[in-house]
Amino acid sequence: MEEIVNIFVKSIFIDNMIFAYFLGMCSYLAVSKTVPTATGLGLAVIFVLGITVPVNYLIENFLLKKGALEWIMGDAAASIDLSFLSFIMFIAVIASMVQLVEMVVEKFAPTLYSELGIFLPLIAVNCAILGGALFMQEREYTSIVEATSFALGSGVGWFLAIVGIAAIREKIRYSNVPAPLRGLGITFIITGLMGIAFMSFMGIKL
Amino acid sequence: MSSKKLKLLSDPINLNNPITVQVLGICSALAVTVKLEPAVVLSLSVFFVLAFANVIISLLRNTIPSRIRIIVQLVIIAALVILVDQVLKAYAYDVSKQLSVFVGLIITNCIIMGRLEAFALGNKPWPSFLDGIGNAAGYGLILIIVAFFRELLGSGSLWGIQVIPDSFYNLGYENNGFMILPPMALMVVAVIIWVQRSKSKELVETN
Repeated sequence: MEEIVNIFVKSIFIDNMIFAYFLGMCSYLAVSKTVPTATGLGLAVIFVLGITVPVNYLIENFLLKKGALEWIMGDAAASIDLSFLSFIMFIAVIASMVQLVEMVVEKFAPTLYSELGIFLPLIAVNCAILGGALFMQEREYTSIVEATSFALGSGVGWFLAIVGIAAIREKIRYSNVPAPLRGLGITFIITGLMGIAFMSFMGIKL
Repeated sequence: MSSKKLKLLSDPINLNNPITVQVLGICSALAVTVKLEPAVVLSLSVFFVLAFANVIISLLRNTIPSRIRIIVQLVIIAALVILVDQVLKAYAYDVSKQLSVFVGLIITNCIIMGRLEAFALGNKPWPSFLDGIGNAAGYGLILIIVAFFRELLGSGSLWGIQVIPDSFYNLGYENNGFMILPPMALMVVAVIIWVQRSKSKELVETN
Protein backbone atom coordinates (compact mmCIF):
# COMPACT_ATOMS: atom_id res chain seq x y z
CA MET A 1 0.00 0.00 0.00
CA GLU A 2 2.79 2.36 1.00
CA GLU A 3 4.57 1.68 -2.28
CA ILE A 4 1.42 2.54 -4.24
CA VAL A 5 0.93 5.90 -2.54
CA ASN A 6 4.63 6.58 -3.03
CA ILE A 7 4.40 5.94 -6.78
CA PHE A 8 1.31 8.14 -7.00
CA VAL A 9 2.88 11.14 -5.25
CA LYS A 10 6.19 10.65 -7.03
CA SER A 11 4.59 10.70 -10.46
CA ILE A 12 2.65 13.88 -9.65
CA PHE A 13 5.47 16.00 -8.31
CA ILE A 14 8.91 14.53 -8.96
CA ASP A 15 8.46 12.75 -12.29
CA ASN A 16 5.97 15.31 -13.51
CA MET A 17 5.18 14.60 -17.16
CA ILE A 18 5.58 18.22 -18.25
CA PHE A 19 8.27 19.66 -16.02
CA ALA A 20 10.57 16.66 -15.88
CA TYR A 21 10.01 14.97 -19.25
CA PHE A 22 8.28 17.58 -21.47
CA LEU A 23 5.59 15.14 -22.56
CA GLY A 24 2.39 16.49 -24.03
CA MET A 25 3.96 19.89 -24.63
CA CYS A 26 2.18 20.47 -27.94
CA SER A 27 -1.32 20.40 -26.52
CA TYR A 28 -0.02 22.00 -23.32
CA LEU A 29 1.06 25.07 -25.28
CA ALA A 30 -1.84 25.09 -27.74
CA VAL A 31 -4.77 24.61 -25.35
CA SER A 32 -3.65 26.66 -22.34
CA LYS A 33 -5.11 30.04 -23.30
CA THR A 34 -8.05 29.91 -20.86
CA VAL A 35 -8.64 28.00 -17.63
CA PRO A 36 -11.93 26.22 -18.50
CA THR A 37 -10.60 24.58 -21.69
CA ALA A 38 -7.37 23.66 -19.92
CA THR A 39 -9.39 21.99 -17.14
CA GLY A 40 -11.39 20.00 -19.70
CA LEU A 41 -8.29 18.74 -21.47
CA GLY A 42 -6.56 17.95 -18.17
CA LEU A 43 -9.50 15.83 -16.99
CA ALA A 44 -9.62 14.01 -20.31
CA VAL A 45 -5.91 13.20 -20.04
CA ILE A 46 -6.30 11.77 -16.51
CA PHE A 47 -9.21 9.68 -17.76
CA VAL A 48 -7.49 8.28 -20.85
CA LEU A 49 -4.18 7.63 -19.03
CA GLY A 50 -6.06 5.80 -16.27
CA ILE A 51 -7.61 3.47 -18.86
CA THR A 52 -4.84 2.94 -21.41
CA VAL A 53 -1.89 2.31 -19.09
CA PRO A 54 -3.50 -0.67 -17.27
CA VAL A 55 -4.68 -2.11 -20.59
CA ASN A 56 -1.21 -1.74 -22.06
CA TYR A 57 0.21 -3.26 -18.88
CA LEU A 58 -1.89 -6.39 -19.45
CA ILE A 59 -0.88 -6.55 -23.12
CA GLU A 60 2.78 -6.12 -22.25
CA ASN A 61 2.75 -8.81 -19.58
CA PHE A 62 0.47 -11.39 -21.15
CA LEU A 63 1.34 -11.05 -24.84
CA LEU A 64 4.53 -9.19 -25.64
CA LYS A 65 7.16 -9.85 -22.97
CA LYS A 66 9.68 -12.63 -23.36
CA GLY A 67 7.93 -15.84 -22.31
CA ALA A 68 4.66 -14.01 -21.69
CA LEU A 69 2.73 -16.36 -23.94
CA GLU A 70 3.34 -19.34 -21.65
CA TRP A 71 -0.15 -19.08 -20.20
CA ILE A 72 -1.71 -20.25 -23.47
CA MET A 73 1.00 -22.16 -25.28
CA GLY A 74 2.92 -23.81 -22.45
CA ASP A 75 6.70 -24.23 -22.44
CA ALA A 76 6.97 -23.97 -26.21
CA ALA A 77 6.43 -20.21 -25.91
CA ALA A 78 9.19 -19.59 -23.36
CA SER A 79 11.56 -18.17 -25.97
CA ILE A 80 9.05 -16.04 -27.89
CA ASP A 81 9.81 -12.34 -27.47
CA LEU A 82 7.42 -9.98 -29.18
CA SER A 83 8.49 -6.82 -27.41
CA PHE A 84 9.68 -5.20 -30.66
CA LEU A 85 5.98 -4.94 -31.51
CA SER A 86 5.23 -2.86 -28.44
CA PHE A 87 5.17 0.56 -30.16
CA ILE A 88 2.62 -0.50 -32.71
CA MET A 89 0.49 -2.34 -30.13
CA PHE A 90 0.53 0.55 -27.66
CA ILE A 91 -0.42 3.15 -30.23
CA ALA A 92 -3.17 0.90 -31.63
CA VAL A 93 -4.54 0.38 -28.12
CA ILE A 94 -4.43 4.12 -27.44
CA ALA A 95 -6.09 5.09 -30.71
CA SER A 96 -8.84 2.52 -30.36
CA MET A 97 -9.36 3.24 -26.64
CA VAL A 98 -9.74 6.93 -27.36
CA GLN A 99 -12.32 6.10 -30.02
CA LEU A 100 -14.12 3.74 -27.63
CA VAL A 101 -14.05 6.17 -24.71
CA GLU A 102 -15.42 8.82 -27.04
CA MET A 103 -18.38 6.65 -28.03
CA VAL A 104 -19.12 5.54 -24.45
CA VAL A 105 -18.96 9.08 -23.09
CA GLU A 106 -21.18 10.33 -25.93
CA LYS A 107 -23.78 7.67 -25.12
CA PHE A 108 -23.84 7.79 -21.33
CA ALA A 109 -22.63 11.27 -20.39
CA PRO A 110 -23.64 13.68 -23.16
CA THR A 111 -22.94 16.76 -21.04
CA LEU A 112 -19.36 15.67 -20.31
CA TYR A 113 -19.00 14.83 -24.00
CA SER A 114 -20.03 18.27 -25.15
CA GLU A 115 -17.71 19.83 -22.58
CA LEU A 116 -14.69 17.82 -23.72
CA GLY A 117 -15.62 18.29 -27.36
CA ILE A 118 -12.65 18.18 -29.70
CA PHE A 119 -10.15 17.35 -26.95
CA LEU A 120 -11.02 13.67 -26.75
CA PRO A 121 -9.89 12.71 -30.28
CA LEU A 122 -6.84 15.01 -29.96
CA ILE A 123 -5.61 12.96 -27.04
CA ALA A 124 -4.68 10.01 -29.27
CA VAL A 125 -1.61 11.92 -30.40
CA ASN A 126 -0.77 13.44 -27.02
CA CYS A 127 2.77 12.32 -26.19
CA ALA A 128 1.88 12.08 -22.50
CA ILE A 129 -0.38 9.09 -23.16
CA LEU A 130 2.11 7.08 -25.20
CA GLY A 131 4.84 8.27 -22.84
CA GLY A 132 2.86 6.83 -19.92
CA ALA A 133 2.72 3.45 -21.64
CA LEU A 134 6.43 3.50 -22.53
CA PHE A 135 7.54 4.55 -19.04
CA MET A 136 5.33 1.82 -17.61
CA GLN A 137 7.22 -0.67 -19.80
CA GLU A 138 10.63 0.76 -18.94
CA ARG A 139 10.18 0.97 -15.18
CA GLU A 140 8.80 -2.58 -14.89
CA TYR A 141 6.04 -2.09 -12.34
CA THR A 142 5.30 -5.31 -10.52
CA SER A 143 1.51 -5.21 -10.44
CA ILE A 144 -1.36 -3.68 -12.33
CA VAL A 145 -2.27 -1.64 -9.24
CA GLU A 146 1.14 0.04 -9.28
CA ALA A 147 0.81 0.72 -13.00
CA THR A 148 -2.62 2.28 -12.45
CA SER A 149 -1.44 4.48 -9.62
CA PHE A 150 1.47 5.63 -11.80
CA ALA A 151 -0.98 6.43 -14.62
CA LEU A 152 -3.37 8.40 -12.41
CA GLY A 153 -0.49 10.24 -10.74
CA SER A 154 0.99 11.27 -14.07
CA GLY A 155 -2.43 12.41 -15.25
CA VAL A 156 -2.96 14.53 -12.14
CA GLY A 157 0.51 16.04 -12.54
CA TRP A 158 -0.26 16.97 -16.15
CA PHE A 159 -3.62 18.42 -15.08
CA LEU A 160 -1.98 20.61 -12.41
CA ALA A 161 0.60 21.86 -14.89
CA ILE A 162 -1.83 22.85 -17.62
CA VAL A 163 -4.31 24.53 -15.26
CA GLY A 164 -1.45 26.44 -13.64
CA ILE A 165 -0.04 27.74 -16.91
CA ALA A 166 -3.53 28.65 -18.20
CA ALA A 167 -4.19 30.76 -15.09
CA ILE A 168 -0.85 32.54 -15.48
CA ARG A 169 -1.42 33.16 -19.20
CA GLU A 170 -4.81 34.71 -18.48
CA LYS A 171 -3.12 37.23 -16.20
CA ILE A 172 -0.07 37.90 -18.32
CA ARG A 173 -2.19 39.50 -21.01
CA TYR A 174 -2.18 42.64 -18.87
CA SER A 175 1.60 42.78 -18.63
CA ASN A 176 3.98 44.61 -20.90
CA VAL A 177 6.03 41.77 -22.36
CA PRO A 178 8.77 42.65 -24.91
CA ALA A 179 7.15 42.31 -28.35
CA PRO A 180 9.26 39.43 -29.75
CA LEU A 181 8.60 37.36 -26.62
CA ARG A 182 4.83 37.78 -26.63
CA GLY A 183 2.75 34.61 -26.83
CA LEU A 184 5.01 31.64 -27.31
CA GLY A 185 8.30 32.97 -25.94
CA ILE A 186 7.00 34.11 -22.58
CA THR A 187 5.05 30.86 -22.18
CA PHE A 188 8.29 28.92 -22.56
CA ILE A 189 9.99 31.05 -19.94
CA ILE A 190 7.10 30.68 -17.47
CA THR A 191 7.09 26.92 -18.00
CA GLY A 192 10.81 26.88 -17.31
CA LEU A 193 10.34 28.82 -14.08
CA MET A 194 7.52 26.50 -13.01
CA GLY A 195 9.81 23.56 -13.77
CA ILE A 196 12.50 25.02 -11.52
CA ALA A 197 9.90 25.40 -8.77
CA PHE A 198 8.80 21.79 -9.20
CA MET A 199 12.40 20.66 -8.89
CA SER A 200 12.31 21.54 -5.22
CA PHE A 201 10.19 18.40 -4.74
CA MET A 202 13.11 16.27 -5.84
CA GLY A 203 14.15 13.57 -3.41
CA ILE A 204 10.89 13.55 -1.43
CA LYS A 205 9.94 10.06 -0.26
CA LEU A 206 6.94 8.96 1.73
CA MET B 1 14.33 22.85 -59.15
CA SER B 2 11.74 25.58 -59.37
CA SER B 3 11.60 28.36 -56.82
CA LYS B 4 8.32 27.01 -55.41
CA LYS B 5 9.96 23.70 -54.60
CA LEU B 6 12.98 25.43 -53.15
CA LYS B 7 10.64 27.36 -50.88
CA LEU B 8 9.29 24.05 -49.55
CA LEU B 9 12.79 23.28 -48.38
CA SER B 10 13.86 26.67 -47.07
CA ASP B 11 10.65 27.93 -45.44
CA PRO B 12 10.57 25.50 -42.51
CA ILE B 13 14.16 26.33 -41.61
CA ASN B 14 13.39 29.91 -40.66
CA LEU B 15 10.04 31.58 -41.29
CA ASN B 16 7.88 28.52 -40.79
CA ASN B 17 10.10 26.60 -38.38
CA PRO B 18 8.27 23.62 -36.88
CA ILE B 19 9.44 24.28 -33.33
CA THR B 20 9.57 28.04 -32.94
CA VAL B 21 6.70 29.02 -35.25
CA GLN B 22 4.36 26.07 -35.78
CA VAL B 23 4.91 24.89 -32.16
CA LEU B 24 5.05 21.23 -33.13
CA GLY B 25 7.26 18.45 -31.83
CA ILE B 26 8.43 20.19 -28.70
CA CYS B 27 8.05 17.21 -26.40
CA SER B 28 10.98 15.22 -27.64
CA ALA B 29 12.96 18.27 -28.72
CA LEU B 30 13.65 19.45 -25.20
CA ALA B 31 14.28 16.27 -23.33
CA VAL B 32 17.18 14.94 -25.41
CA THR B 33 19.22 18.13 -25.72
CA VAL B 34 21.51 17.77 -22.70
CA LYS B 35 24.26 16.41 -24.96
CA LEU B 36 24.97 16.95 -28.64
CA GLU B 37 25.17 13.30 -29.64
CA PRO B 38 21.65 12.11 -28.70
CA ALA B 39 20.24 15.32 -30.21
CA VAL B 40 21.90 14.61 -33.56
CA VAL B 41 20.80 10.97 -33.50
CA LEU B 42 17.21 11.93 -32.72
CA SER B 43 17.23 14.56 -35.49
CA LEU B 44 18.42 11.96 -37.99
CA SER B 45 15.75 9.51 -36.85
CA VAL B 46 13.03 12.13 -37.24
CA PHE B 47 14.51 13.08 -40.64
CA PHE B 48 14.16 9.50 -41.85
CA VAL B 49 10.69 8.89 -40.40
CA LEU B 50 9.24 12.21 -41.54
CA ALA B 51 10.55 12.03 -45.12
CA PHE B 52 9.34 8.48 -45.69
CA ALA B 53 6.04 8.79 -43.84
CA ASN B 54 5.29 11.83 -45.99
CA VAL B 55 6.05 9.92 -49.20
CA ILE B 56 4.05 6.84 -48.19
CA ILE B 57 0.99 8.80 -47.09
CA SER B 58 1.20 10.92 -50.21
CA LEU B 59 1.20 7.79 -52.40
CA LEU B 60 -1.79 6.40 -50.50
CA ARG B 61 -3.64 9.70 -50.20
CA ASN B 62 -6.41 8.81 -52.66
CA THR B 63 -7.11 5.36 -51.20
CA ILE B 64 -7.29 6.16 -47.47
CA PRO B 65 -10.87 6.70 -46.27
CA SER B 66 -10.82 9.98 -44.37
CA ARG B 67 -12.67 8.59 -41.33
CA ILE B 68 -9.90 6.17 -40.38
CA ARG B 69 -6.96 8.18 -41.67
CA ILE B 70 -5.51 8.90 -38.22
CA ILE B 71 -5.15 5.21 -37.40
CA VAL B 72 -3.63 4.50 -40.84
CA GLN B 73 -1.14 7.34 -40.33
CA LEU B 74 -0.23 6.13 -36.86
CA VAL B 75 0.37 2.58 -38.07
CA ILE B 76 2.65 3.76 -40.90
CA ILE B 77 4.60 6.02 -38.56
CA ALA B 78 4.84 3.30 -35.91
CA ALA B 79 6.21 0.81 -38.46
CA LEU B 80 8.91 3.29 -39.56
CA VAL B 81 9.77 4.09 -35.95
CA ILE B 82 10.17 0.38 -35.13
CA LEU B 83 12.68 0.18 -37.99
CA VAL B 84 14.64 3.13 -36.59
CA ASP B 85 14.51 1.71 -33.07
CA GLN B 86 15.81 -1.71 -34.13
CA VAL B 87 18.63 -0.16 -36.18
CA LEU B 88 19.65 2.07 -33.26
CA LYS B 89 19.60 -0.87 -30.85
CA ALA B 90 21.83 -2.84 -33.20
CA TYR B 91 24.37 -0.18 -34.19
CA ALA B 92 24.28 2.54 -31.51
CA TYR B 93 23.21 0.80 -28.34
CA ASP B 94 24.53 3.44 -25.91
CA VAL B 95 22.73 6.28 -27.62
CA SER B 96 19.59 4.18 -27.85
CA LYS B 97 19.73 3.67 -24.06
CA GLN B 98 20.20 7.42 -23.52
CA LEU B 99 17.25 8.28 -25.71
CA SER B 100 15.15 5.65 -23.86
CA VAL B 101 11.47 6.28 -24.53
CA PHE B 102 12.04 9.21 -26.83
CA VAL B 103 12.63 7.04 -29.89
CA GLY B 104 9.20 5.54 -29.35
CA LEU B 105 7.76 8.97 -28.81
CA ILE B 106 8.65 9.95 -32.39
CA ILE B 107 5.32 8.22 -33.15
CA THR B 108 3.36 10.90 -31.35
CA ASN B 109 5.74 13.67 -32.33
CA CYS B 110 3.23 16.27 -33.44
CA ILE B 111 5.53 17.38 -36.25
CA ILE B 112 5.00 14.15 -38.14
CA MET B 113 1.23 13.97 -37.74
CA GLY B 114 1.05 17.69 -38.43
CA ARG B 115 2.94 17.48 -41.74
CA LEU B 116 1.01 14.39 -42.83
CA GLU B 117 -2.31 16.11 -42.17
CA ALA B 118 -1.35 19.50 -43.49
CA PHE B 119 0.76 18.58 -46.49
CA ALA B 120 1.13 14.94 -47.54
CA LEU B 121 -2.61 14.26 -47.69
CA GLY B 122 -3.04 16.88 -50.39
CA ASN B 123 0.15 16.81 -52.43
CA LYS B 124 2.16 14.61 -54.79
CA PRO B 125 5.00 12.40 -53.44
CA TRP B 126 7.97 14.52 -54.61
CA PRO B 127 6.84 17.82 -53.04
CA SER B 128 5.85 15.84 -49.92
CA PHE B 129 9.33 14.39 -49.72
CA LEU B 130 10.85 17.88 -49.98
CA ASP B 131 8.44 19.18 -47.36
CA GLY B 132 9.41 16.32 -45.06
CA ILE B 133 13.12 17.03 -45.51
CA GLY B 134 12.67 20.76 -44.96
CA ASN B 135 10.66 20.36 -41.78
CA ALA B 136 12.97 17.71 -40.37
CA ALA B 137 15.92 20.01 -41.08
CA GLY B 138 14.24 22.94 -39.33
CA TYR B 139 13.51 20.69 -36.36
CA GLY B 140 17.04 19.28 -36.27
CA LEU B 141 18.55 22.76 -36.52
CA ILE B 142 16.82 23.95 -33.35
CA LEU B 143 17.65 20.71 -31.54
CA ILE B 144 21.32 21.03 -32.41
CA ILE B 145 21.52 24.72 -31.44
CA VAL B 146 19.93 24.00 -28.05
CA ALA B 147 22.11 20.95 -27.45
CA PHE B 148 25.26 22.88 -28.47
CA PHE B 149 24.72 25.57 -25.85
CA ARG B 150 23.55 23.20 -23.14
CA GLU B 151 26.50 20.87 -23.53
CA LEU B 152 29.05 23.67 -23.92
CA LEU B 153 27.89 25.65 -20.90
CA GLY B 154 26.65 22.74 -18.80
CA SER B 155 29.44 20.20 -19.18
CA GLY B 156 32.19 22.21 -20.88
CA SER B 157 32.38 19.68 -23.68
CA LEU B 158 31.10 19.09 -27.22
CA TRP B 159 30.24 15.59 -28.47
CA GLY B 160 31.71 14.26 -25.24
CA ILE B 161 35.11 15.91 -25.83
CA GLN B 162 36.22 18.58 -23.40
CA VAL B 163 36.60 21.91 -25.23
CA ILE B 164 37.03 24.35 -22.38
CA PRO B 165 40.75 24.15 -21.46
CA ASP B 166 41.89 23.18 -17.98
CA SER B 167 43.56 26.55 -17.52
CA PHE B 168 40.09 28.16 -17.46
CA TYR B 169 39.05 25.88 -14.62
CA ASN B 170 42.27 26.72 -12.77
CA LEU B 171 41.35 30.40 -13.03
CA GLY B 172 38.07 29.68 -11.28
CA TYR B 173 35.70 29.02 -14.21
CA GLU B 174 32.98 26.53 -13.35
CA ASN B 175 30.46 24.63 -15.44
CA ASN B 176 26.95 25.96 -15.11
CA GLY B 177 25.22 22.91 -13.63
CA PHE B 178 21.89 24.65 -14.19
CA MET B 179 22.14 24.12 -17.94
CA ILE B 180 21.91 20.35 -17.51
CA LEU B 181 18.55 20.58 -15.74
CA PRO B 182 15.39 20.17 -17.86
CA PRO B 183 13.89 23.69 -17.35
CA MET B 184 16.90 25.34 -18.99
CA ALA B 185 16.02 23.73 -22.32
CA LEU B 186 12.83 25.81 -22.28
CA MET B 187 14.82 28.96 -21.52
CA VAL B 188 17.23 28.33 -24.39
CA VAL B 189 14.34 27.81 -26.82
CA ALA B 190 12.73 31.00 -25.52
CA VAL B 191 15.95 32.89 -26.25
CA ILE B 192 16.05 31.42 -29.78
CA ILE B 193 12.45 32.56 -30.30
CA TRP B 194 13.36 35.99 -29.00
CA VAL B 195 16.30 36.34 -31.40
CA GLN B 196 14.34 34.99 -34.35
CA ARG B 197 11.34 37.24 -33.80
CA SER B 198 13.43 40.34 -33.26
CA LYS B 199 14.93 39.69 -36.70
CA SER B 200 11.70 38.79 -38.54
CA LYS B 201 9.10 41.21 -37.26
CA GLU B 202 6.22 39.55 -39.13
CA LEU B 203 6.32 36.63 -36.67
CA VAL B 204 5.56 38.76 -33.61
CA GLU B 205 2.28 37.82 -31.92
CA THR B 206 -0.14 40.55 -30.95
CA ASN B 207 -0.83 39.36 -27.45
